Amino acid sequence: MSELLIKNGRVIDPANKMDMIADILVRDGKIAELGRINKNGCEVINAENRLVTPGLVDMHVHLREPGEEEEETIASGSTAAVAGGFTSIACMPNTNPTIDNEATVDYVYRQASNAGKANVFAVGAITKGRAGKELAEMGQMVRGGAVAFTDDGSGVQNPAVMLRALQYVRMFDKVLMQHCQDNALAGSGCMNSGYQATILGLPGMPALAEELMLYRDIQLAKKASVPYHAQHISTQGSADLIRQARKQGLKVTAEVTPHHLLFTDEACISYDPNYKMNPPLRTQEDIIALQAAVADGTIDCLASDHAPHLRSEKELEFLQAPFGIISLDCALGLYVKALIETDIIDWPRLIEMMTCNPARILRINKGTLSIGCDADITIIDPDHHWQVDIDQFKSRSRNCPYHGWELSARPVCTIVGGRILHRQSS
Amino acid sequence: MVEKTIEKRSVKTTTKNTPKFIWRRKHLLGLQDLSREELIHILDTAKGFKGISKRSVKKAPTLRGKVVVNLFFEDSTRTRNSFTLAASRLSADVLEFTAKTSSVSKGETLRDTARNLEAMGIDIVVIRHSAGGAPHLLTRCIDACIINAGDGYHEHPTQGLLDIFSIRELRPDLSGLKVAIVGDIAHSRVARSNIWGLHKLGAEVYLVAPPTLMPSGIEKMPVTPCYNFDEIIGQMDVLNMLRVQFERIGSSVFPSVLEYSRLFGLTVERMKRAKKDVIVMHPGPLNRGLEIESEVADGPNSTILQQVSNGVAVRMAVLFLVNQAVVLEKKK
Repeated sequence: MSELLIKNGRVIDPANKMDMIADILVRDGKIAELGRINKNGCEVINAENRLVTPGLVDMHVHLREPGEEEEETIASGSTAAVAGGFTSIACMPNTNPTIDNEATVDYVYRQASNAGKANVFAVGAITKGRAGKELAEMGQMVRGGAVAFTDDGSGVQNPAVMLRALQYVRMFDKVLMQHCQDNALAGSGCMNSGYQATILGLPGMPALAEELMLYRDIQLAKKASVPYHAQHISTQGSADLIRQARKQGLKVTAEVTPHHLLFTDEACISYDPNYKMNPPLRTQEDIIALQAAVADGTIDCLASDHAPHLRSEKELEFLQAPFGIISLDCALGLYVKALIETDIIDWPRLIEMMTCNPARILRINKGTLSIGCDADITIIDPDHHWQVDIDQFKSRSRNCPYHGWELSARPVCTIVGGRILHRQSS
Repeated sequence: MVEKTIEKRSVKTTTKNTPKFIWRRKHLLGLQDLSREELIHILDTAKGFKGISKRSVKKAPTLRGKVVVNLFFEDSTRTRNSFTLAASRLSADVLEFTAKTSSVSKGETLRDTARNLEAMGIDIVVIRHSAGGAPHLLTRCIDACIINAGDGYHEHPTQGLLDIFSIRELRPDLSGLKVAIVGDIAHSRVARSNIWGLHKLGAEVYLVAPPTLMPSGIEKMPVTPCYNFDEIIGQMDVLNMLRVQFERIGSSVFPSVLEYSRLFGLTVERMKRAKKDVIVMHPGPLNRGLEIESEVADGPNSTILQQVSNGVAVRMAVLFLVNQAVVLEKKK
């Protein structure tokens, strides 16, 4: 019997509407007691002036395995996750081969278990090879443990295929998630369409490319009466669509990334491919609308869209370089900068968006400190000033535009299943 | 001895017109970055160099011992030859390098190509590339001076400069001058460089194109967009007819070539509405009969060939100035 006592922390557990100074006793990998606890003879962590929260959940990361292990592996990505305070991550299926069958789902869980870091949850593809044509074996993948489905990296273009997928998934109680992008409208765009793209002479993709598919999908999900999750929404129009759908009582949820809250398309002016992502960086009006959507609950959760790429690929011309940036190692501090330092939301709401909300959408038994639950706990120093240094990242990749940024909050201890997997000295 | 005098003379021209101005840029990436003073400085320097092309010995020793690389990832005849000639007139050694666009899967990356060239010992890279920002990428990976000879549809600064140079030869004061740029604005780097340069020198820029060839965010640029050529042609002092770039237009943005030339082509008929002394320009190569009719292109208002000869002088000025910036930097 192993025991761990976390003392005197500010315990924030949004699932139980809890925000108070308390102690937590972990026994055999589970939350055993919560309250005022005095106990001798077990390991004690002093969490005074610290936040003690459910282990953070990132429902949108790319771990690149199988296929692109030079960029990231399940082991390196899940190590970066615990360094960033995340105890559970959901990995996207745009690997090579695609995670579109039970065997590949199995492989992901085996590699994650070998790594023994953060809990990794596999997200399967909606269609075979993410080609948008034939449905993937979603039932088989559910059996293998897939928690949700998406063709992330691209959206399912054909509305008939999408409708069929939504109808089919109804029997599994799993959510379909979509990277909303109408390819015909997005064309060969490599950044947001508008003034900045025009003066940089780069092909743009309009906000409408995202919004049109989101609008379509909301109608399709309504027709199929199933829940639907919009990944990394980036525009004012998308936020409005989600808000309206909610008002109609539809089970539509959405996530937002740190970069869509922190940068506009003006960042592309340097032609640095570390500002090339999909969806692209938008405008100040979009940031304001996304902040408002976080504030009023329209956006449910925060997700990094951690997308590792080789340095050599990100040193290509902006037009040729691949989309995506990494931020698992520093995401928490970024959200704090974007949402707490700007007084958009408070800590309990931030933790809600990073724990029980994504866990609920993925239907995983995580994201809370309820007695009996897995002891996945993150201890955060809300007043830890530090500088982002990409060379300290646990990720295998370095494509990160936040290098050198000053952040003011940091996870100092990450506990997964009762095991302390990361400690950061203050 | 003779060469020395020529060098002195050309430098003198520069200093006479703008006494206190010192050029400090070692790269020319676009006209958007330049101040009015910098623009005028290049144009005045080019004026000095234009004389050299008319001499029997068309050479100055300014860049003797320097290596200029023509790094062209896109087809070009005019611009490339113009740079080659400009560099040779300044006595530089010219290395011609034709390459395929880089990609992840095949071929060498732009960065690797540039670093390999640098290892051979080079001073100035003139780059033409299909991706906007490729010259900016080069400035981050090598030390040489970088001159943008056209990047995607971002900018083509020396073309903008030679267009403005050619206008100034006929109309020395650009303030209030009405210039129409007609055609595929959305995919035109020539249009962008012209817009910035002309605007900074006080000209009024009109963009004439079908809405599908007008870039988004145009309302934030210092221009007046217009869809009806006939409505404005009579007020214009300059008509700069862009080439319709079939190779850059992915999907159908106008219904037919016929319809385009009827609505936006500079025909003999349409010329009747223009001012008598209107300046007709075209960056070349011409699609005769599409954006411009032959009779107009070869007619009395056309400056198309002057643009080409001025191109050499402007490029000599740019090569000279970026090298001078390096010399000054080293002196510090």
